[in-house]
Amino acid sequence: MTGLQRLIGERRMPYVFLLPNLVFFGLFVFVPIAINFVYSVTGGPALFPSERPYVAADQYSYLFDCGSYVDPNTCREDHFWRGVYNTLFFSLFQVLAMVGLSLLTAVVLNMKIRGRGFFRAVYFFPVLLSPVVVALIWKWILQRDGLLNAAITGFGGDRILFLTEPGWAMFWAIFVSVWAHMGFYTLILLAGLQAIPSDIYEAAEMDATPRWRVFWRLTLPLLWPNLIVVIVLSLIRAVQTFDEVFVLTGGGPGTSTLMVVQYIYETAFSNQVQNFGLAAAASVVLGIVLFALTLAQLAFTQRKSS
Amino acid sequence: MKSTTMLLGCALFAVSLGIGNAQAQTTLRMTWYSDGNEGEVMSDLLRRFEGQNKDIKIVLDQVPFKAINENLPVQLAAGQGPDLARVADLGGVARYMLDLRPHLKDPAYFETNFGPFLEWMRVPGETTSIPGFMTQLTLTGPFVNKTLFEQANVPMPGPKATWEEWAKAAKDVAAKVQAPFPIAIDRSGHRFFSLAITQGAKLFNEKGEPAIVDEGFKRGAQIVFDWHKNGVMSKELWGSVAGTAYRGANDEFKNAQVVMYESGSWQIGQFDKTIGDAFDWVAVPTPCGPANCSGMPGGAALVAIKTTQHPKEVARLMEYLASEQVAAEFYDRSLFVPGHMGIAKKGLEYKSASPQGKAALKVFNEGVSQLSPVANKLQGYVHNRVIFNAVISRLGQAIAGEASLDEAYQRIESDVQQQIAERTKQ
Repeated sequence: MTGLQRLIGERRMPYVFLLPNLVFFGLFVFVPIAINFVYSVTGGPALFPSERPYVAADQYSYLFDCGSYVDPNTCREDHFWRGVYNTLFFSLFQVLAMVGLSLLTAVVLNMKIRGRGFFRAVYFFPVLLSPVVVALIWKWILQRDGLLNAAITGFGGDRILFLTEPGWAMFWAIFVSVWAHMGFYTLILLAGLQAIPSDIYEAAEMDATPRWRVFWRLTLPLLWPNLIVVIVLSLIRAVQTFDEVFVLTGGGPGTSTLMVVQYIYETAFSNQVQNFGLAAAASVVLGIVLFALTLAQLAFTQRKSS
Repeated sequence: MKSTTMLLGCALFAVSLGIGNAQAQTTLRMTWYSDGNEGEVMSDLLRRFEGQNKDIKIVLDQVPFKAINENLPVQLAAGQGPDLARVADLGGVARYMLDLRPHLKDPAYFETNFGPFLEWMRVPGETTSIPGFMTQLTLTGPFVNKTLFEQANVPMPGPKATWEEWAKAAKDVAAKVQAPFPIAIDRSGHRFFSLAITQGAKLFNEKGEPAIVDEGFKRGAQIVFDWHKNGVMSKELWGSVAGTAYRGANDEFKNAQVVMYESGSWQIGQFDKTIGDAFDWVAVPTPCGPANCSGMPGGAALVAIKTTQHPKEVARLMEYLASEQVAAEFYDRSLFVPGHMGIAKKGLEYKSASPQGKAALKVFNEGVSQLSPVANKLQGYVHNRVIFNAVISRLGQAIAGEASLDEAYQRIESDVQQQIAERTKQ
């Protein structure tokens, strides 16, 4: 190593250590992104890019060919736009519920309550489960003869087909997603809460500040950096949602829980009539959205550190 | 010392012989899916073949049906496929199939016995290749829970009954015995078209190009749509998932929750095995519409894959499996409608089937003669999956209340047009 340092100079040595990681990152991230872009400007059924005819921006034009962007019915590729709107709706309510409930849980778990260790484990446990397992468990609970319907009919109510009614299906998709991932975000917020110095609270107590005011004026501002991380991470994850919702509802009923990632997957692989070009174009659009969200996160984080 | 050296020499010689044998052995990979017990039967036949052909070893990769439809085409496109595969989307993967004619001892045997079905495995414009043989001919058709009819004291409609008569009877039965599904139809293009063709759907214009939405098609779509509105069908199959996802009601039928289940002949094996004597079930002829009483044909074929490094060995295996005696055993033990003309003509005993399994097979075998030319043409059409996908997806949206039937019709036409254009882009 000393010989190498003598050969290339000390200033270049960090790049030597970065090189293996850069090679892997480039090979498994940048090269696939480039290949995906190439697919998005080609058409036809062939798999290898060299065998696919160049179609310029045709796939993008097809995706964005809409009478009105607020009405998917006017779009040529209405499934894509239904996926976009479902993903927006899902992300908005999932993130709101996720952040709210994670914050509430973190605050409660930060108090000196009995069985605190047990409850922390209980809330974190679903995070350890595979998304497919989570979705299957809830499918068994929600189906026609599932646990929930057994309870409802046991109390004299009428059976509800939760997964065949659009409203219910979206509600449960959000609920299950929040249930499965809340523990992770709770942990981040809990760490943030524990990092707040206790003397601030002691000072507030000496001033007889009401508890809600302490939370609003002290806890929340000091927790804000962690909250930003939670909001951005959960938003990115919500936009990428696929596995849980796919297994739970299959995107239905109709297309009421069809998300963008499921649209991409089905267009590329599951349709039996695989349309790699269109799926790649939709992936590029999704990639741009995720890139913008990541930039937003970076901007917030930098503002915090400055 | 000398005897030890000699012993060691003999042992080394024996080991080297063994290595020589192992090196001479060709390994073939066969990708296979099963609806019932056909995987076990095929495994038996392959062991027998290996016993008679020591130079060939076959690895049977058993995968789910979904993997055959979704993963295998990508594998094949990447040139990473197996040597042989059992496929159902024959037209869709036809371009990856190997023409076995140069390697077969008797290509005429295949032409004679599998001729009409070989057309389904050929790329458009090609008329002579022999890529494989039909492991089963399938026919769509309904299964009925006879016990539920008896419990409800409702007479079962006769052999030429219409869809509407069956719907009325099934709904009466379901109401009396509290069954949640009067009629269940698999969420599948084949199943929908078995109904639509009886209503007079023509599907192709005079030039042979797809012209999906006509009066017959609309009648079929309206029936399915109305049945979801008036409770004859539950939204749990057609209305519950998005896109082209397949949904069957096998489990619901086996649990006696379905009065009449429109599915197909491939279910007989598993129903025979799993329902046992829990209740009486029967297969009935496809209900009639104004045009005919036709089901939809389909099936699966074992085909050779173009990228194989061992075409001669693949051809030898194919000749063995397609030979009349072996194929007859396969169809008989798997309880399949034979896709071999000679065997179909002679008939099969189905020795392992229960009396109700045998009766069901008889109904489906008889149904083959009722097939409409439109049904055969649709099955042989190379882009039939495009049509099936568009119909399932758009009709599903209409059933879920996202679109009207008229909107669904427009979308079906435009989806088919766009996807065929994309598929044929060079």
